[in-house]
Formats: sequence, structure tokens, C-alpha cells
Amino acid sequence: MGSIFTAAPPQSGPGYSFKQTPTTVPEGTRQHGFYPYTDNGGSTLGITGADFAILAGDTRSTSGYNINTRFAPKLFKVGGADSRIVLSVVGFAADGLALKERLDTIVKMYRYQHGKPMSVAACAQRLSHILYQKRFFPYYVTAILGGLDEEGKGALYSYDPVGSYEREQCRAAGAAASLIMPFLDNQVNYKNQYVLGSGEGHALQARERELLPRKDVEELVQDAFSSAVERHIEVGDGLQMFIITKDGIEEIYKPLKLD
Amino acid sequence: MNHLPQAWGRPRDDVYGPYNNSYLQTSGPSQHTQSPIVTGTSVLAIKFKDGVVIAADNLASYGSLARFTDVKRLLRFNSRAVIGFGGDVSDMQYLTRLLSSLEINENYSVTSSTELAANNLHTYLHKVMYKRRSDFNPLWNQILIAGLDVADNPYLASVDLLGTTFSSPTLATGFGAHLAVPIMRRVCPDEEAAKELTQEQAVETVRECMKVLFYRDARSLDKYSIAVVTKEGVDLKHGEKLEKQSWAFAEGIRGYGTQVN
Repeated sequence: MGSIFTAAPPQSGPGYSFKQTPTTVPEGTRQHGFYPYTDNGGSTLGITGADFAILAGDTRSTSGYNINTRFAPKLFKVGGADSRIVLSVVGFAADGLALKERLDTIVKMYRYQHGKPMSVAACAQRLSHILYQKRFFPYYVTAILGGLDEEGKGALYSYDPVGSYEREQCRAAGAAASLIMPFLDNQVNYKNQYVLGSGEGHALQARERELLPRKDVEELVQDAFSSAVERHIEVGDGLQMFIITKDGIEEIYKPLKLD
Repeated sequence: MNHLPQAWGRPRDDVYGPYNNSYLQTSGPSQHTQSPIVTGTSVLAIKFKDGVVIAADNLASYGSLARFTDVKRLLRFNSRAVIGFGGDVSDMQYLTRLLSSLEINENYSVTSSTELAANNLHTYLHKVMYKRRSDFNPLWNQILIAGLDVADNPYLASVDLLGTTFSSPTLATGFGAHLAVPIMRRVCPDEEAAKELTQEQAVETVRECMKVLFYRDARSLDKYSIAVVTKEGVDLKHGEKLEKQSWAFAEGIRGYGTQVN
């Protein structure tokens, strides 16, 4: 019995008395137990034509192997009801939403202050600045911005998480970007396509690039996504497409496989 | 006898020595939650044609210890929104305090005549959670918001400690995301199915899922809260017991039933 009820607590670890509670920081660097990012999967894609731009994204949201929901849009109209600019974000969904809200208010404020809608080029540069402002705690998203430029041609700008951007003909982003992009290189920019019977070896003549009609582009987008769904588990459920023309933004939703 | 009232009922200095205040000073750096301590497990919710059902059990665990067995993890916000909390219980209690001050402000304000709808509440909680994660000081919860939106349609959405949000006709947090979601999605795969679902079917499905969770989630309890939100208001019941449990399945599982080796 006596051995059980010896009075003093062990002196090595934290004891019963508050006096022994450590009041200083332990030695060495402290580890953060909290990682502020996650990947919500999904993929986006944008292609431009002569007088239109198409942005597309699947609607699945994941965390790990779980499907959070089958409908979480990644495409957003930016700048109010009569807007001609669409932003797509993929990566960490909460940052994507925060980024969209910031760009949206900025484009709206521009309109109120200047009495005219913001051009895509200006909006694209502003988006780059917003991303770079958070260079050391980035928005963990890959953004694609689409619209029509001042000549009415389809315009597409793609970004990295810290704001590097360029105007392109087509771009895939997100989980299945590495699956979709090579397909686009071949089918939109005619990479590795040559004119039949134009020569041997290096004398082969590359197939001339051309702007694709809207119907072809829509089919390419569909094919790109239905293929990505087959090979990537984070892509699926639904395909949302925004087609930006001078008449407005048309929205198309098509179901994808749920598996 | 000490005649100073502030000393009455306190340890006597001549017996125990003067009170040492030194540890009350926060001399160290301010600390942020790096991991949850006392935790609640799954919250389940499912939409039906004229409302939402939401449920959570009454256990708060301290690691593997079933520490508090009568904890209410469903919060009735107003007559059109109920909030279910998974994750850290102290952060839940902080949010409860925050939300009650929000509600008081709303009720005293002259400008708004209507109650906050579930989707407004979801936006508010999203902003709170995202701000806290951006400050590297997260509120360690996953939250479901169930109720009616501004247009009186059933509304169900989720927010977590990272500020991630999503909405779906069926949602579950924690273990429920693995075990209950597949069962609920069979009953209600999409929004169209939710519009056909009756209240009885929805409640029955949620109760069945709570049972499955009790069978397999070691940090769960057979006592739970369940709430139904419709236009008629909130029907929130605490301390419901799981009924018609059958452990017959355990016989066939090695290591689960009575057999050894």
C-alpha cells in the first residue's frame, strides 16, 4: 500500500503543481501541425476561335478518395450580369472562391468608376497582380481567364499560382492537365501533323495552323473530358461549358461518368 | 478568521502558502490550435422535398477516451437553420458564442426584417473559417449547415477548417463521409431525387446511417441528436437512442465477435 501512496509526483515530467508548467518555448524549431492547403481535384480547359472563347471544367469536388459533391462549378462569370469575361479556377477550391470574389468586385468597381466594361487584357493583367500580391502565401490555384479582345477575337489567358501569365490559343489545367494538354497540342495547334506526301524526314511540311469553328471546338472539349474521366479518378460527374461570344455567355451542362 | 470577503472559501495562505500568480502571465508566445483535443465525430444530413434532416451523436471524445457523453453538437440557429459540428468541441463552443452574438445583432437591427437564411449563415461561417485558416489559426471543425435558403428551398452545405465549401443533397463529415455517404446517395443520388424524397424516408435513412456508424466508428455513441428543418420550423430532438440494433453480423467477422483467433 505504502508504495502506491508515496506523496510526491515524478519529477521528470509535468507534475501536479502549476509551478512546473513550462513557461518558455521548447528549444529547436517548432513545427506547424496545420497545413493551410488541400487539393480539390478536377480539371479545366479553354480554347479560343475567331469570334468566341470556350471555357470548360468538370463539376466534381474531391478530398482524397472522397467525392465531396458532384456539382461544384469551377467556372465563374466575372463583373456582373452583362459580363463577357469568365474565370476558371482549379486547385484549392477555397482559394479559388476567394480569388473569384476579389476579381469580381474589382471588375464591377471598374465599371462603376469608368462607366465602361473592363477589357479582357486589363482584367488579365489585374488578375496577375492579385495573384502576385500573395506571392509568399499564394492562392493555390491555376486560373484561366477567357473573353473577347478589343477586335472581337477570342482571348484566353492562363496563369500559374503566383501570377505568371500569357495569352494562348488553348490551355488545360488541373488534375488531368497532363492528359488533356498533349491532345490539345495535336488537335488545336496541329503539333506533329504534316502535309501528306510533302517530303521525307526533315523535309516534311508541317500542317498549317487554322482557327477552329465553334462546333469542332465543342466536340474537342467533350472528347478531352470524356477521355480524362476514363483515366483520372478526380475528374468526372459533370461537364460545364461557358461559350463567350459577342452576344453573351452561353452555358452548357453535360453529364459525365459518375465513377 | 479572515474578515476580507474576497479571501473566503479560498485556500488559506498560512496553510498553503501565498498564491503563485506567475503562471497566469502569458509569457510564452501566443499559441494556435495545431491539432484538435476534444472531438466530435460524424455529422450526417440529407435533403428531402420540403426540408433537410441532420443528425450527430452526443459523444465528445478525448483521443480514444469517450470523455463527454451528453454533448449537443447540433445547434438551432433560428427557425430556418440548424448547424452540425464535427471536430474540436472547444472551437464548436467558440463558434456557438459567435453565432449567438450574430443572432442577437440581427434581431436588434432595424434594417433587416427577415431572419437570416441558411445560405446567408453558410456564407458567414465560410468567411470566418477562411479568415482563421489564412491567419494560420484555424477553427478545427467541419460544419454542416442545414435549413432553408432565401427562396425557402431546402439548403445543405459544408464548411471546413480550411474554408473549403461545397453543397450536395447528401453530406456527411468525418467517418460518415466514408460509411454513410454511400448509403445516403443510394436513396438520394441527385437534386431530382431529393425533390421526390419524403420526410419519413429521409429520417429513416439518417437513423439507419447513425446505426451503421455506431457499428463501425469506434468514437461514436448510440445516443444522438436529430433535427428536421421545414417551413414549419425546426424540430430538434436531443438524446435519441439507436433502436433495433442487430449485432448478428459480428458473428461472421473475425476479431469483431466472440471468437478468438
